[in-house]
Amino acid sequence: MSLLKAYLKDFWRYRYLLYNLISRDFKLKYRRSVLGVVWSVLNPLLMNVVMVAVFSTILDMRSAGIENFSVYLIIGQLLFNFFNEGTSTAMSSVLAAAPLIKKVYIPKYIFPLEKVCFSLVNCVFSFIALVIVMLFTGAPVHLTIPLALYPLLTLFVFTLGVGLCLSAATVFFRDIMHLWGVFITALMYFSAIFYDPVQMGGAAGEILRRFIGFNPLYWYIKGFRMAVLDGQLLDFNTLWVCAACALVALAVGLVVFRSQQDKFILHI
Amino acid sequence: MENSKMIEVNHVSMRFNLSKEKHESLKEYLLAAVKGKLQFDEFYALRDVSLEVEKGDFYGLVGLNGSGKSTLLKVIAGVYKPSAGSVTVRGSIAPLIELGAGFDMDLTARENIYLNGTVLGLTPRYISEKFDEIVDFSELRDFLDVPLKNYSSGMVSRIAFAIATITKPDVLIADEILSVGDFLFQEKCEKRMKELMAGGTTVLLVSHSIEQVERMCNKVTWLERGRVRMAGDVRTVCEAYKALDQGTEAGT
Repeated sequence: MSLLKAYLKDFWRYRYLLYNLISRDFKLKYRRSVLGVVWSVLNPLLMNVVMVAVFSTILDMRSAGIENFSVYLIIGQLLFNFFNEGTSTAMSSVLAAAPLIKKVYIPKYIFPLEKVCFSLVNCVFSFIALVIVMLFTGAPVHLTIPLALYPLLTLFVFTLGVGLCLSAATVFFRDIMHLWGVFITALMYFSAIFYDPVQMGGAAGEILRRFIGFNPLYWYIKGFRMAVLDGQLLDFNTLWVCAACALVALAVGLVVFRSQQDKFILHI
Repeated sequence: MENSKMIEVNHVSMRFNLSKEKHESLKEYLLAAVKGKLQFDEFYALRDVSLEVEKGDFYGLVGLNGSGKSTLLKVIAGVYKPSAGSVTVRGSIAPLIELGAGFDMDLTARENIYLNGTVLGLTPRYISEKFDEIVDFSELRDFLDVPLKNYSSGMVSRIAFAIATITKPDVLIADEILSVGDFLFQEKCEKRMKELMAGGTTVLLVSHSIEQVERMCNKVTWLERGRVRMAGDVRTVCEAYKALDQGTEAGT
């Protein structure tokens, strides 16, 4: 508990730095692009159009059919993108901050934290794309939409935990960057982004139904869809799985990061 | 008085593992581990170094290249964690170790002043208040909205020095910084440091210019190969240090 308290105290002291780092990333990302931040909306929107076209014609895995496939798909896309971007950028954040770490004392966890926060900011911007798709397809507006905050915030904590682990590990073994890229692609196919395991038929559906519950991302995406798309309250299972995965990931992340952070300087 | 000691360094050692081959990939590391070839050459950058800096001191560190001066400063600044021993610093530190740490070359000077200021733990409001002072000191008002990558290194140092000394830190740690910029700017920096000292700041300075150390410091520690060779009053130590110079010259 005192560990967490020390972290929070540090966090408060360096909140402006966190803010400035995020705003730096933001400025650099959109500098010299004409449409600037619009790309955060346009990109997922265009991807959505492509994926809807592909997965409703050539590779139709909907079987019984998913009501409002476009919205179903873009929710999966956006949340998965957040996790992907958050973990991938957090992973190399400590290495990228080497010039800074070598010269001044800064709590080092601020770098992965900043990347995950920046990804969240991007993700929130891209929710405009979700709104556009919902309007375009005439999806009903449910009162349960605010509940989507729960899977989003727990996903943030989960991503942060994974990001902390990865960033610490990458300092010692650069290979992890390459491995993670492969792993995350594999993970994408097991996150029920463009299919619904419940409705999927055949042997593949059988296997998916059995194993997909072990993928935390499935639960976050599922919870978000329940609130936004189906207008349902989150069920008990979703509630506790989302929270448990987040807390476990964060705890492991903090312990790993803390035990290794003093050695970073010798390896970067 | 217990509290007058601003910096206490107690028997600090800093060990680096110089691995013979650097294992940066998992495969290499595992292979080496399996073969039992994970060998490290231990290298002590600092060995059992102790020093105390009291409030109001202008403390100098001298020594040849590779004697551990910069490592010691980094240990005191909290960048390195010592392998053994402990370091206590009372009050706030402004580290001037390699100026411009945390500058992003793609951002403009204006943006960097805010970024670097927060790296040093300042609040944006405080930076805004002092913004003009920083800019005036660095004499770079005309270039405020130019990305830093288009600056000369001297200009970057000016900005960095101006930001780092804008606070009234309790301890200022300076590594070779006065060697940047033209002589006018150097004089300005020295003046600023004297001003800070008058305001009660304690300064720890590394310099290769023995004249500068003699002129500015009151106490000196002489490091040699990571150990304290001599410590004490500025005149005694500097005389001995200069004698080394003559000694080696006489020997050759």
